[in-house]
Amino acid sequence: MIQQWTAKKVASYAINKKSLLVLDVRNRDAFEDWKIEGLSFEYVNIPYFELLDGVEQLLPQLKQAQEVLVVCAKEGSSIMIAEMIAEEGLEVGYLVGGMQAWSNYISPKKIGDLQGGGELYQFIRFGKGCLSYMALSEGQAIVIDAARFTDVYKTFAQEKNVAITAVIDSHLHADHISGGRQLAQEVKATYYLSSKDATEVIFEYCNLDTQTAISFGQSSVHLQALYSPGHTIGSTSFIIDDRYLLTGDILFVDSIGRPDLAGLAEDWVSDLRETLYDRYRKLDEALIVLPAHYMTMAELNADGSVSKSLGQLVADNHGLNIKDTEEFRHLVTDHLPPQPNAYEEIRKVNMGIVTPQEEEQATMEIGPNRCAVR
Amino acid sequence: MAVDEKLDVSGLACPMPIIKTKKAIAAMKIGETLEIIATDAGSKADLPAWAQSTGHHYVGLIEEGAVLKHYMRKCDVTMTNEMHFKSTITNEELLKISPKPNIIDVRESIEYDFGHIKGAVSMPLGELALKLASFDQEQTYYLICRSGTRSDLACKLMVDHGFKHIVNVLPGMQSITTDLEKNI
Repeated sequence: MIQQWTAKKVASYAINKKSLLVLDVRNRDAFEDWKIEGLSFEYVNIPYFELLDGVEQLLPQLKQAQEVLVVCAKEGSSIMIAEMIAEEGLEVGYLVGGMQAWSNYISPKKIGDLQGGGELYQFIRFGKGCLSYMALSEGQAIVIDAARFTDVYKTFAQEKNVAITAVIDSHLHADHISGGRQLAQEVKATYYLSSKDATEVIFEYCNLDTQTAISFGQSSVHLQALYSPGHTIGSTSFIIDDRYLLTGDILFVDSIGRPDLAGLAEDWVSDLRETLYDRYRKLDEALIVLPAHYMTMAELNADGSVSKSLGQLVADNHGLNIKDTEEFRHLVTDHLPPQPNAYEEIRKVNMGIVTPQEEEQATMEIGPNRCAVR
Repeated sequence: MAVDEKLDVSGLACPMPIIKTKKAIAAMKIGETLEIIATDAGSKADLPAWAQSTGHHYVGLIEEGAVLKHYMRKCDVTMTNEMHFKSTITNEELLKISPKPNIIDVRESIEYDFGHIKGAVSMPLGELALKLASFDQEQTYYLICRSGTRSDLACKLMVDHGFKHIVNVLPGMQSITTDLEKNI
């Protein structure tokens, strides 16, 4: 029997730490670069073309696993291998749409309530570790750091019966293609971006700076922008309802932002330091930090959300606890992880300079986000 | 490009390009070359990886817009790299010789087209026996292929036909990657 697994089902296994044997039949370097992450997952990586003559070699291992999921880039090869395994009498599943579907899958998770009946949702993109947000209040909503699949937000807004009035990007992204501008156009909302990140963009936007306060729904509910450069020169954080601190790519749960994706690591180190060690330290430690990424599944809370209080991060996050300025500079400029796939092209798309076809956009976004240093 | 066989897998998605390539290669003779026309972007990673895992030689890729032309050569995957010809020279020594030496590249023409030493003459091993008359028995010739195996056979062939100064170049084109001339 061959089961069709959706990305949603795989995500539920990952969140609930259910055991699963992932048989990834892509090339070895593709697997090394990026795979489905789950703390209780086991992995076997053998390219499909090494299994054309049979899967006998795998059977002992597969028989020991509770459940087996075959995964490839799109799905064709995983169906073929799953069929070969099923012919040997084993239960097996394949991931519908492959790693591409995994990269595209986004699921909303409620983070908490806002005053006056409002709500804040985190949209988790498991395949890339990207997090975006929607805050709702009395029939209106704002969206922060939208992925390029704008239907996700539009459908959700419809279900919640709210109109999206503002769409905001915390910075010019380099790891994924932003859906911000497109979503704003589609729902006729105002699109916000810091002009400091927008020197090369070729579209209209509304500037973000520390004076920017965006109200939505009930008059007392608002988003306050806080200039917080370091990942990019225009990186901006947001305080929503005086309770939540959206840190973009500056501060993550278990790491901090990297300053090099626009090619200016040395210049932006002191900005990053000032944001993390000065600007953020002046804020209320009870604020709930909501980043734009996570790097490993270990950063997820038990309910599958990604958040921690600022006070907890000040205590636990290594990147917030480096006393020596030189050591900090060393951490964020030397020994950086590899840059995200196609990051220079992605920045051009986000500036509006090029508009590739859907398939090419999907290919550009392949791989993990790699926006952090630890 | 001159190849022995052609295979069109355009429009087909993974895993079909590999399955059809495997079938096509199986039906070919050792040393023959295959052109695979594909449109699946995944073939760019998968065909070289498949060739490596099976021991066949992935010669190169030409991209014409969305059309991907892959070139492959069937190898004798059971053969060990045994070489018998005694007179040899290293790549480095060959490239230092001045004035420019006579180099005969005995690889298939597509391999030559994807990159060869400037000035080397293309003479695939299979054609050499018929064209020996175009060379001078008194001259020194340096024979090169990808790994030294085919040039080893070619050296023996030339010496058996009365050539006096024949040298095999080792380890061959597989470890020369810079300053190559291309015909693509």
